[in-house]
Amino acid sequence: MTRVLEVDNLRVSFPGANHSRFNPVDGVSFSLQRGETLALVGESGCGKSLTSLALLQLIPAPGRIDRGSVIRLGDTDVLSLRGEALRRIRGRRIGMIFQDPMTSLNPVFTVEAQITEGILAHFRISKAEARDRALRLLQEVGIPDPAERLKAYPHQLSGGMRQRVMIAIALSAEPEILVADEPTTALDVTVQAQILEVLDDLRSRRGMAVLLITHDLGIVAGRADRVAVMYAGQIVEEAPTSRLFSHPSHPYTQGLFASIPRIRGPLQRLNPIRGSVPAPAAWPTGCRFRPRCPKAFDRSETEPPLIPIGPDHRMRCWLAETPQPDSPR
Amino acid sequence: MTASLDILRGAWRNPRGRTGALILLIVALAALVGPVLLPDPLAQPDVLGAGRPPGLGHPFGTDQLSRDVLSRVVTGGRISLAVALLAVTLSVTLGATVGVVSGYWGGVIDAALMRLVDGALAIPRLFILLLVLAVWERVPVLALILLIGATGWFATSRLVRGEVLRLREEGYVRAAEALGARRRRIIFRHLLPNALGPLLVAATLGVGDVILLEAGLSFLGLGIQPPTPSWGGMILDSREVMISAPWTGIFPGLAIVITVLSANLFGDALRDAVDPRSA
Repeated sequence: MTRVLEVDNLRVSFPGANHSRFNPVDGVSFSLQRGETLALVGESGCGKSLTSLALLQLIPAPGRIDRGSVIRLGDTDVLSLRGEALRRIRGRRIGMIFQDPMTSLNPVFTVEAQITEGILAHFRISKAEARDRALRLLQEVGIPDPAERLKAYPHQLSGGMRQRVMIAIALSAEPEILVADEPTTALDVTVQAQILEVLDDLRSRRGMAVLLITHDLGIVAGRADRVAVMYAGQIVEEAPTSRLFSHPSHPYTQGLFASIPRIRGPLQRLNPIRGSVPAPAAWPTGCRFRPRCPKAFDRSETEPPLIPIGPDHRMRCWLAETPQPDSPR
Repeated sequence: MTASLDILRGAWRNPRGRTGALILLIVALAALVGPVLLPDPLAQPDVLGAGRPPGLGHPFGTDQLSRDVLSRVVTGGRISLAVALLAVTLSVTLGATVGVVSGYWGGVIDAALMRLVDGALAIPRLFILLLVLAVWERVPVLALILLIGATGWFATSRLVRGEVLRLREEGYVRAAEALGARRRRIIFRHLLPNALGPLLVAATLGVGDVILLEAGLSFLGLGIQPPTPSWGGMILDSREVMISAPWTGIFPGLAIVITVLSANLFGDALRDAVDPRSA
């Protein structure tokens, strides 16, 4: 397996009150192998979208990526890039799909103009060749009658079609990594499944690595090889998907699973996690989940590191060092 | 630019837009070829025919110097339209440039430019123009165009800046950045075309404004200089014969109203058409 992306100790900061700065992303590390899908799961405000934007240095001002953060794309040190060099990896090495297909397409241009934009930004080829590639991309993402669709304006397409077009655009410069930030949140459940199918298909066909960012554990299950759960700017648990689903270990992860309604088994009340994610400027000291954690204990006062607890399985909780009965779901 | 064609087509489908466009076309055509077909607007063929009411030979009558009013209205229209088009082109270009720079770069540049615009907007446009134009004994037409253009972009720059600020956060602009699009491309493909709606509306309304402004200046003797005919100047001249020969003032006045109104009608239709989602 070749490692295509490595993120180490990524910290993103924004200015807060009284010239202080706070870190909505605070020490995130993960890596991505060729052909692999890694799911980054977490609630709104946990920093998962900022993490994905940081990969291409797209953090909106006045936010910035702090010193000491490392993002390595193959041999390229992304954070040392500026200007033209940075532009050249955007789209070319990492393609991005955004959450809302309704606003992510430019309303005044045709589908063709928007797909060829990425192609022409990175390859020296003629318009006719770019058009051919656009046509093939539309076929690849499963759009029926692609020649006709090339001439369409975004408002003439359904939400699912637009998201397919977005995927085609993200693929236009043949990136080795595809970052999908909540790619199905705005879509119907049936369309969701189709879009995820397309992504999975492309991953295996092109050997692309996929970083799937979502708040929905349900779409992670069959699609991701590994899952990293984020809470309050940090990864709190990371494991292969099947392992995470059979042995959710961090109290937060367990809380997430407990809040999903189950079809099988006796009928019981749902157990939502109490409270809500604290604001990034007001993260608690020690373990950040402590105020909401049913299992908080005296050691939670100090901040836990990521501790290995099984094969490729790590969590940010002191319980990892305290022997406890295995908790299969 | 298929988008621009679509916009024009859309405005044409709108009955009000079509009316405005047709009248503007007729006015422009008349201004273009009229002077060739009609009598010399400066000729004073017979002193006894002065102040003749509309009738055969002189559909709009003649003025107190026996010049053909129709011919003068048409020739005046040529000048008014030319001044308006050139001045508006200048102010829209200036406004769009400042607006994009301000909105896209932001920060100190934005603050400095916008405070400048705030200051400029605080001074009435007519006041600046009167002040500067009074320098000349006979105002050159080029100076008139440049000054009207240079004092007309403040509000446009604010408008474009606002649009750019809004569009900068749009998904497709962020997507284009994530795709590695060049800055130039983002400005010309994503920001400006999507800001075209308000810009077109501002431009067409601007044409109406400038025609009125130029007429006002000419009426005050600070615009187009006699004997060159202009709508404002003709109304100025007609004051003395307003009762005995009202047609000398009514026809240039009507020309102003009709042209400004049709420019505004067309501007509104463009605004409706510029957004494909509303089509």
